[in-house]
Amino acid sequence: MTEPLLALHQVSCHFQRNNEDLAAVDGVSLSIRAGEVLGLVGESGSGKSTLGRIIAGLQRPSHGTLRFNRAVLPKTLQRRRVGQIQMVFQDSYASLNPRMTIGDSLAEPLLARGERRSVIHQQQGYWLERVGLGARFAQRYPHELSGGQRQRVGIARAFLCEPQLVVCDEAVSALDVSVQAQILALLREIQSDLGTAMVFITHDLAVLSGLADRIAVMYLGELLELAPCWQLLNTPAHPYTQQLLAAHPEPTLDRTKVQVAAPRTTELPLPLSTDVGCRFADRCPYALDACRQTPPWLKVQAEGRAVACHRSDYIAGAAPVG
Amino acid sequence: MTVVAIEHLQLALSGNQVLRDVSFSLAEGECRALVGESGSGKSLTAMCLLGLAPPNAVLNAEQFSVMEQPLPAQGHRDWRGWRGRRIAMIFQNPMTALSPTRTIGAQLSECFRLHRNMDRRQARAESAALLERLAIPRAEQRLSQYPFEFSGGMLQRVMIALAVACRPKLLIADEPTTALDVTVQAEVLALLRELQHEQGTSLLFISHDLGVVANIADTVSVMYAGETVESASVASLLCHPAHPYSEALQAAMPRLHSSEMTVAIPGSPPDMRGTIHGCAFAPRCKHRMAICEDSPPLLASPRGAGVRCWRWHPDYPERWRLQHD
Repeated sequence: MTEPLLALHQVSCHFQRNNEDLAAVDGVSLSIRAGEVLGLVGESGSGKSTLGRIIAGLQRPSHGTLRFNRAVLPKTLQRRRVGQIQMVFQDSYASLNPRMTIGDSLAEPLLARGERRSVIHQQQGYWLERVGLGARFAQRYPHELSGGQRQRVGIARAFLCEPQLVVCDEAVSALDVSVQAQILALLREIQSDLGTAMVFITHDLAVLSGLADRIAVMYLGELLELAPCWQLLNTPAHPYTQQLLAAHPEPTLDRTKVQVAAPRTTELPLPLSTDVGCRFADRCPYALDACRQTPPWLKVQAEGRAVACHRSDYIAGAAPVG
Repeated sequence: MTVVAIEHLQLALSGNQVLRDVSFSLAEGECRALVGESGSGKSLTAMCLLGLAPPNAVLNAEQFSVMEQPLPAQGHRDWRGWRGRRIAMIFQNPMTALSPTRTIGAQLSECFRLHRNMDRRQARAESAALLERLAIPRAEQRLSQYPFEFSGGMLQRVMIALAVACRPKLLIADEPTTALDVTVQAEVLALLRELQHEQGTSLLFISHDLGVVANIADTVSVMYAGETVESASVASLLCHPAHPYSEALQAAMPRLHSSEMTVAIPGSPPDMRGTIHGCAFAPRCKHRMAICEDSPPLLASPRGAGVRCWRWHPDYPERWRLQHD
């Protein structure tokens, strides 16, 4: 087996809030192979963005280690890493400096690497063409561009240093469906041409269906399920994944398909480091007393699938999932 | 009774024609979805129905009425009798739609006191009952809390409470679930559907998500570049889209259990700052013909109410239609 490009081992990120220790990311271990697209799914508050920021080096993990190409990554961002891991953000407007032209924004990562002016100029032009904008966009400012065009700039900026890993944090969530399809096609094309590994963070499972190789599902800071894309979408093993899929509105006429899980009477709790047991137990139809006492761990099953649920064997046997 | 009747609604903002021809109707108890990309004019149409069009707007319509009564001029004080009481709106972002400095209770009771002439105590009791109906736990306590103490899903329920408080005849929901997680979205949609049936309200549901639309709406009007390009029942729009744009929009939707990739629509919507000649979708359309230089009229399609595409003209070769049926 080949060495993974990036390996996370028991990574946690805690924040202090009102004298409580909030575990935004709690003991997540996973690995990403070179050239692989990993989808990271969860509701708001699940810690998926925090995990993405940790991977990109924008956030210090409180515990755990990250290995990138076998080297242990330092807890803070270091020059050595510059260009190797890049990020595409959700809000394309906020992530571009409004006082810099598109060309200047694209030059920035190359300048940081100490490239010569002629190389920078040539790369700018090449990438603006590549993402379908054209070199004339180099002189424009972010406010002159539409949302889809700005996201293209964000993609160009991330891929221009030919990184080994790109983290896309809700990169298409703010876009209209037609534009979203364009941007997804562009990302897929560039990613497979360059063989870049990608962590694609999203709340929309459907977006991942043609894009991701594997999908990781997070809930309140924990990794609940990790499986190859088609397996996860067709035979979800964790009850939370099942609920997520059932709640997804599909453009079909079969209205019975969309189910509302037992209406929540309380709001989503905050993940505290003092929590015992499974955090999903309160919303889980299969929960037993044992689930509330011992936290489940990620059990590796057949075919690269892993589920963190005490009752996964029972659920696999009992529940027909359509 | 026809609750909304809009025909040839046009709106110009400082000389730019942003709504070019909007036509649709809404029957009692019906839920019609307005679907389209950002900039297609769907929110602006909703704003006109609330009398909230920008002050420099020039509005023109052959018919523009709610409950078979003509509406007052935009921004006129007579709107006070309509808003909240007969037409209410659920906004996309509840965090910015509610006042952050006043409690939820104060904002809800205001509605009852103004429109239903209740006193303070009655209004508060009514507010609590309404929140309870909308499955907000500890409703009584929640009334004295501020918007920031609510989660997005709960706040959206408060927005819905505010809108249905006076049992309006027409409820407009402008992307009410776009900001919510899928599980919460499913809850909010179920709630909206329930309330709509309970109160017999007509619902105008604005969305860009065909999945959500398939779930809640009876009929759909697709908007493109300030025009309604197709109106049909949900079933016929999903199974037999008549307009090329409706077709392309569907192909662009990501689906869970589909091995087919989404198909992007090439190009981008036209710039509304210029005049549009002919069919607005023609430059992006794969069925483009010479006649598309002329604006297509609203034609009848076999399964829908109307479609703005030359291919449905009676003189158009029969063979294409056979192919599609």
